[in-house]
Amino acid sequence: MSTNPSKKFKNPMVNWIEYRLPIFSFLDNSLGSNYPTPKNLNYFWNFGSLAGITLGIMLVSGIVLAMHYTAHVDYAFDSVERIMRDVNYGWLIRYIHMNGGSMFFIVVYIHIFRGLYYGSYHAPRELLWMLGVFILLAMMATAFMGYVLPWGQMSFWGATVITNLFSAIPLVGDAIVTWLWGGFSVDNATLNRFFSLHYLMPFVIVGLVVLHIWALHVHSSNNPIGIDAKTEQDTLPFHPYYTVKDLYGLGVFLICYAFFVFYAPNFFGEPDNYIEANPLVTPAHIVPEWYFLPFYAILRAFTADFFLFAYTPISWIMSAKLAGVIAMFASILLLLLMPWLDGSNVKSSKFRPLYAMFFWIFLLNCVVLGIVGGKPAEGTWLYIGQFTTTYYFAHLLVIVPLVSRLEQPKTPPESISAAVTSTAQG
Amino acid sequence: MRNILQKHLNLYFALAVVVFSFGAADSMAGGKAPKPPKQEWSFDGMFGTFDKAAAQRGFQVYQEVCAGCHSLRQIDFRHLAGIGYTEEQIKAFAAESEVTDGPDDEGEMFERSGIPADPLPSPFANDQAAAASNNGKVPPDLSLMNKARIGGADYVYALLTGYTDPPSGIEVPEGGSYNTYYPGHIIAMAAPLSDEGVEYQDGTKATVAQQANDVVTFLAWTAEPEMERRKSMGLKVLIFLFIFTALLYRVKKVVWKGAKLR
Repeated sequence: MSTNPSKKFKNPMVNWIEYRLPIFSFLDNSLGSNYPTPKNLNYFWNFGSLAGITLGIMLVSGIVLAMHYTAHVDYAFDSVERIMRDVNYGWLIRYIHMNGGSMFFIVVYIHIFRGLYYGSYHAPRELLWMLGVFILLAMMATAFMGYVLPWGQMSFWGATVITNLFSAIPLVGDAIVTWLWGGFSVDNATLNRFFSLHYLMPFVIVGLVVLHIWALHVHSSNNPIGIDAKTEQDTLPFHPYYTVKDLYGLGVFLICYAFFVFYAPNFFGEPDNYIEANPLVTPAHIVPEWYFLPFYAILRAFTADFFLFAYTPISWIMSAKLAGVIAMFASILLLLLMPWLDGSNVKSSKFRPLYAMFFWIFLLNCVVLGIVGGKPAEGTWLYIGQFTTTYYFAHLLVIVPLVSRLEQPKTPPESISAAVTSTAQG
Repeated sequence: MRNILQKHLNLYFALAVVVFSFGAADSMAGGKAPKPPKQEWSFDGMFGTFDKAAAQRGFQVYQEVCAGCHSLRQIDFRHLAGIGYTEEQIKAFAAESEVTDGPDDEGEMFERSGIPADPLPSPFANDQAAAASNNGKVPPDLSLMNKARIGGADYVYALLTGYTDPPSGIEVPEGGSYNTYYPGHIIAMAAPLSDEGVEYQDGTKATVAQQANDVVTFLAWTAEPEMERRKSMGLKVLIFLFIFTALLYRVKKVVWKGAKLR
C-alpha cells in the first residue's frame, strides 16, 4: 500500500488517525477522489458494485435469520414458518434473503457476461477474472446449501440429487457421499453441517471479494473500448463521478429487488418447497433453483447414447453419470482459461464483429440451456440439451480460440479521450 | 465410423418412436390435468386485501368440513385476529378445545380448555393415525396449501369444485374419486363440499362455489398472513425508491455535466 506521507486532511482528528493508521488515504485511493477510473464506463460497469452491495444485504439478513432458525429436521420447516408469521418483520427479512439470492445471481451473471463481451479477462487482469470465477463457485456452493435449510421437499430432494452426484467418482464415490451426508441418507447431520457451512461460506466470499477488488485496483477497470487509460485525460476520479453513478444504479436495482420482495416474493421459488421434506415422497419433477438450470442441463445431457459431444467415444472409461458431473464442473472451470483461450490482442468485442456475433450466440445458448434444465430430461428437450451442451463447449474450446486468432479486428481509437471526444462531437 | 453412426441413428430413431408413443399414450389417457381457470380474488394485485367476511365464512367451512381430516398446524387461535375476529371471539373459539398440558408440580399431565396462544387442534395425533383413518394416505396440512401448489388459489378452488363423474372407460378404484383438476385425476379425498353443507351465520347462501370461494380466501390468509402489511409497506417503499432514484439521477446528471470532455 503506497501511502502519501504528505497527504493532509482538513480535520485535525482525521490527520491524527491518518498519521497512525492511514485508513483515510486508503479509502481515498480505493473509492475516493484519488482513484482514477476510465471516464467512458457504461452502465454495465455498475454491476460489480451492485454485486458487492447485494453480498452485504445477504450477510445482514442472513445473520438475523440465523438468530431465529432451528437447524433440526423436526423443527427447521416450522422455524422458518415461525419467522414468517411471529418474528417481527420476519417475513420481510426472509423474503429479502430469499429473493436476494436470485438478485445476486442476476447481477453476477450480467457482470460475467459484461466481462466476456468487453474482454475484461485479458492481460493484465487474468487473476482478477480468475478470482471472479472462484467467487461464482463459492456463491453456488453457498446458494445450494442455503436452499436446503428451509427443509421443504425441493430442499431435501435437491440435496439428495446433488450430493449423489459424487457417487459417480470411481472407487471412493460412495464413501465420499456417506462422508458428505454424515450418515446413510440426507438427514439431520447433513442439515446441521449445511447450516454451519452456509454461515461460513459468505465470509470466504468476502475474502475472495477483497482479493478481487485489490487486483482490480492495481490496473483499474477495463472499459468499453478496452484501451487502458494512458493520461489523466482518459480518467475521472472515482468520487464523485462513479460514486454517484453507482448510487443511481443502486436505486434502479433496489426498485426491481423491492418489487419482487413485496409483490412477487415467491416468483423465483418452487411451490413444492412449501411442503415439508418427506423422504418417502419424491416430487414429480426435481428442479434446482433457476440459476443452476444451465448447469443442470449440462449434467443431464450425458446419457448412455449421447454421441454428439463425446460421451460414446469415452464410454469405455467412465459412466455417463460421471461424464455429466465432470462436464458440469468443467463448464465453469473452463472459464478460468478464458484469458488464454482468447488469443486476440484487441479486448473489446466492439472491434471484433465476428467474435461479438459468437458472443451473442453463446449468450442465447446459455439461456436455452437454462430453459432445458427446467424441463424433464426426455424427448426433444433432451436432444436440445445435448446440442446446446455441445455448443457450450465448442464455443469455449473451438470457436473462441479460432475466431480470436483468425479474425482481423478493426482498429481501436488512439485513446479513451479520443474515443469519447469523437462520439461527443459527432 | 459409418457403422457407429448408423447404430446411433437407429438408436435415436427407436428412442424417438418410444418417446412419441409415450406422449401419445399420455394424452390419450388424459394424464395431464387442465390448467385451473383464473378466478377473481379479493387478495389479487398490488392493492388486494383479504375479504374478511369471506375469510371468516371460510374459517367456518374449515372447522365444520375440512378440520375432520386436515390440520392447520401453523395457525394459533390468536392469529385469527388477522381475519377480523375480536379478542373475545378468539377466546371463545379457543375455549371450545380441550388441551393436554403439563406436567404440573406433581409430574402429572392435565386437561385444560384452550387459550388464544394454543395452536388449532389437529384431527389426528400423528401421521400414522392420519394414514390409518384415510386409506393409508395422510391428508395434507392446509396451512400453506395455497402456496404449495402450482396455480395457487385458482388450483385449490378448481380442485374443490372439480369433482365430476369419470369419463366413460376410466375406472375409479375403491376409495378414490374423479377430479378434473387433480394431476392423474384419481384423488383419495371424496368431494368435501355440498350445497348447504354448512349453514352460514351471516345468511350467505352456501353453494359449493360459495364455500369453495370462502375457504380458499381463508387459506390464502393462512398461507400468507403478512400479505396486507407486505403490500402496503411495498407501496411506501417503492414510492420512496422512485423519488430517491429520480433525485439520484438528477444529481448524477449535474455531477457528470461536461465531465467526459474535461
